[in-house]
Amino acid sequence: MADLTAAAIDDKILREISLSRPEYARITDLMGRPPNNVELGIFGALWSEHCGYKHSRPYLRTMPTESEAILVGAGEENAGAVDIGDGLAIVFKIESHNHPSAVEPFQGAATGVGGIIRDIFTMGARPIALLDSLHFGPLDSPRNRYLANGIIGGIGSYGNCVGIPTVGGEVIVDESYEGNPLVNAMCVGILPHERLTSATASGVGNPLILVGADTGRDGLHGATFASVEDPEASARGVVQVGNPFLEKLLIEACLELLETGAVVGMQDLGAAGLTSAAVEAAGRGGAGIRIDVDKVSRRTANLTPYEVMLSESQERMLVVAEKGRQDEVLAVFDRWELHSDIIGEVTDDGYVTVFDEGRQVARIAIEQLTDAPEYELPVERPAYLDEVQRLDLAAVPEPTDVGDTLLELLEAPNIASKYCVYRTYDQTVGANTVMGPGADAAVLRIMGTRRGIALSTDCSGRHTYLNPRAGGARAVAEAARNVVCAGARPVAITNCLNFGSPTDPAVYYQFTEAVAGISEACRRLGTPVTGGNVSLYNEAAGRQIHPTPVIGMLGVLEDVETRCDIAFKDESDVIALIGPLESGLDGSEYLKFIHGLERGAPDIDLDLEANVQAACLEAIQRGVIRSAHDVADGGLAVAVGESCIAGHIGASLDLAEVPGRRDALYFGEDPSRIIVSMVTDRIGELEEICSRHDAPVQVIGRVGGDRITAPPVIDVSLADATEPWNQGLANALAGERDKG
Amino acid sequence: MKACVVVFPGSNCDQDAHHALSEVAGFETDFVWHAKTDLDAYDLIMIPGGFSYGDYLRSGAVARFATVMGAVRTAAAHGVPVLGVCNGFQILLEAGLLPGAMLRNAGLAFRHDWVGLRTERTDTAFTGGCGSEQILRMPIAHGEGNYYAEEEMIARLEGEGRVLFRYCDEHGVATAAANPNGSINNIAGILNEAGNVLGMMPHPERASEELLGGNDGAYIWKSLVAHLKAVPVG
Repeated sequence: MADLTAAAIDDKILREISLSRPEYARITDLMGRPPNNVELGIFGALWSEHCGYKHSRPYLRTMPTESEAILVGAGEENAGAVDIGDGLAIVFKIESHNHPSAVEPFQGAATGVGGIIRDIFTMGARPIALLDSLHFGPLDSPRNRYLANGIIGGIGSYGNCVGIPTVGGEVIVDESYEGNPLVNAMCVGILPHERLTSATASGVGNPLILVGADTGRDGLHGATFASVEDPEASARGVVQVGNPFLEKLLIEACLELLETGAVVGMQDLGAAGLTSAAVEAAGRGGAGIRIDVDKVSRRTANLTPYEVMLSESQERMLVVAEKGRQDEVLAVFDRWELHSDIIGEVTDDGYVTVFDEGRQVARIAIEQLTDAPEYELPVERPAYLDEVQRLDLAAVPEPTDVGDTLLELLEAPNIASKYCVYRTYDQTVGANTVMGPGADAAVLRIMGTRRGIALSTDCSGRHTYLNPRAGGARAVAEAARNVVCAGARPVAITNCLNFGSPTDPAVYYQFTEAVAGISEACRRLGTPVTGGNVSLYNEAAGRQIHPTPVIGMLGVLEDVETRCDIAFKDESDVIALIGPLESGLDGSEYLKFIHGLERGAPDIDLDLEANVQAACLEAIQRGVIRSAHDVADGGLAVAVGESCIAGHIGASLDLAEVPGRRDALYFGEDPSRIIVSMVTDRIGELEEICSRHDAPVQVIGRVGGDRITAPPVIDVSLADATEPWNQGLANALAGERDKG
Repeated sequence: MKACVVVFPGSNCDQDAHHALSEVAGFETDFVWHAKTDLDAYDLIMIPGGFSYGDYLRSGAVARFATVMGAVRTAAAHGVPVLGVCNGFQILLEAGLLPGAMLRNAGLAFRHDWVGLRTERTDTAFTGGCGSEQILRMPIAHGEGNYYAEEEMIARLEGEGRVLFRYCDEHGVATAAANPNGSINNIAGILNEAGNVLGMMPHPERASEELLGGNDGAYIWKSLVAHLKAVPVG
């Protein structure tokens, strides 16, 4: 065994497990002796950013995490749980798999989906929906197209096989994700309150059962790999291969198992494998744990105890059974033809003790492992902000033909239809999908009740880059607005915080500010944080990604029949805008796509946002309006265009008298704005509702015909608008487009 | 009337099928495990969609060897209606209860879509309640739905009226554009010789309630209920 005393410890060993020299010294202090290599590996995994959140925890603690609906709060278990009435709860969480996907896109994305599904059924919930927020580098590069198509393929292959519908998400293209794509997968599950299951190991002598895949060398160091800045230079061996069939068996077996009552706790094996599963479960139970690594079935010969403890082989679960009832548990696994081993037991000494054929190979106090060091790194407002926030519109020429610009924007990959991606995902398995991908939010019915849930993921990388605090707040606001447009009351969020390297004070500033913005918006909109994931060190070739907080929002519909979609419905319906008409161009897709500018200081007024959402939701619930679509990428003209395309009907806007720049009016993306339509004689009711909620509202046009017009500047046929919108992203992904 | 939904490891439309059969069609419905040896109790057998045994080999190639398939074969020989949907269709092909084979979709990608199906016959157990050439809308979700059989077999299927559903556009025309997977003659569903075994790629169980985007699948359930009332099995 290598000499691991502080003086002798090799920098290379520390680098491999991403621990610093002071951290190593602290470990030696805590243990009162130098750790052996198995122990050091265990510390490295649990003190990694991925497991220990050492750079983010102080800030995550500042987020609002409570409301009457929260049954299981952030950080308590594998995912948060929210009461939705009728004795039912929704469990949901979003997680990143960015670094593995940068190396092996298909398996990286597939195992990302597999991992988040396990977090959900570990809680006792049946997974009912998946959403994916994907960010790619420009699609004019073959490498980025390879990554994008591989990631999309991997997500589909896993979700389709395991039989959970993919009902929504996002696809975003930007230079900042070159070489470091983002794959954030969200899973949503449902269960009756009484089936909520804890990932706890307690009760002395209770057996630990490891079930699912055999353990191999795959994925070693995955947890620390997430903190490596250039994953591609690192080994390919860290990427795991997914087996969705095995996962499907695990879902069914584990849910069946809970019916027996013989289970004390259940924990999935994710990052840092058996080590993190066992230690976290024992930590929750205030217990100790003994593991006999020689009892773990292997798929490879000659695995060392170190490798068994840290392997990240996929599709494995750790079950703590009630002593004396393990045969009931094993019988369920046998029925599902799953291999399981009793690999240890719960103890009361507060230590994780690892044996290999009777020989002790590691012994560490669990509280030392779960108490990862916390760092507040230097924070410094980056100098680039002053430069990019200055937006001199005098230097930006107005479009010579606003209609042509509208058509160009409809073809932009960030705006164009994502149908070409979604059609490769099973969206309806489970027979709960009421509104699938393509709307502002997906809607699922809750079988056996009148209720529904609405789901959306949203982010604002560019906005957060330009104005970190407002960017964080806008991501929450847009996600909430999207579920409101579907007719649901926003109730809680999960978040995935994708940032660059925290040791860069500028990145740390982006992170702390964005977290503050998310917190402000969550407080104002009444949507606490139920958990999520932090992904740092997202950079490639020395370039940091745009700070990208992705928000997964859960909304509840008391009556799913009151849902609303984005499509304009009938000739002569009136179009109105809830929210202010005027907008800036700060951080807009228009500035970026048409003028190549990432500039301005996008902002948000959260009081206005709350009022607009309250008004829109009431108007939908009372049946006053027939469509609702939030104004987002591409601005008002694009939002109207999308409602036309969805409804197969034209529209004409009457905005000629509005002063100011045409591009700001039609393509500005200021938040807190929703395009709605209704039959003429209900406009009075909408005005009454909006005035009561102190939300601006004005009639801006009419539905009808087969053209999209805004005299005198826009007059395009619906067919001419539909074609580029349908084809923009599909062509870009196929490499049939220059700009992207 | 009793129906069963056969569950293989990896079936993933079993719960949807159970819901549609029990809540929409009104059958008393059981799940039956792939190890079951007799299905005598059932008036209708449904083999649901999914990825049986992972389908890492050819779809359905492993499931055909499951114990329960012997019982399905016996029941089919006795005239019990057997409905295989998606992976269920693939399993029926592999088991030889229906002729032909599935190729990967023409686009080589998994495809989910709502499609139109033209009902080619209304004198069957599955379509007695449909109008002539009625267009049914329901989702597809598969990667291997590109139906293939040798020319002679296709001619026989067509000649004997055993193509029950064909992908079609909104006017009922079986165009190439309306064909989502490249299947020969836009074939979406076929019958066995006796007419009591139907394999189809689209999912009627996902299109059985208006809330989920359409309830045309219910025509198939209504047809089966009426058929079983008129012609009780055994």
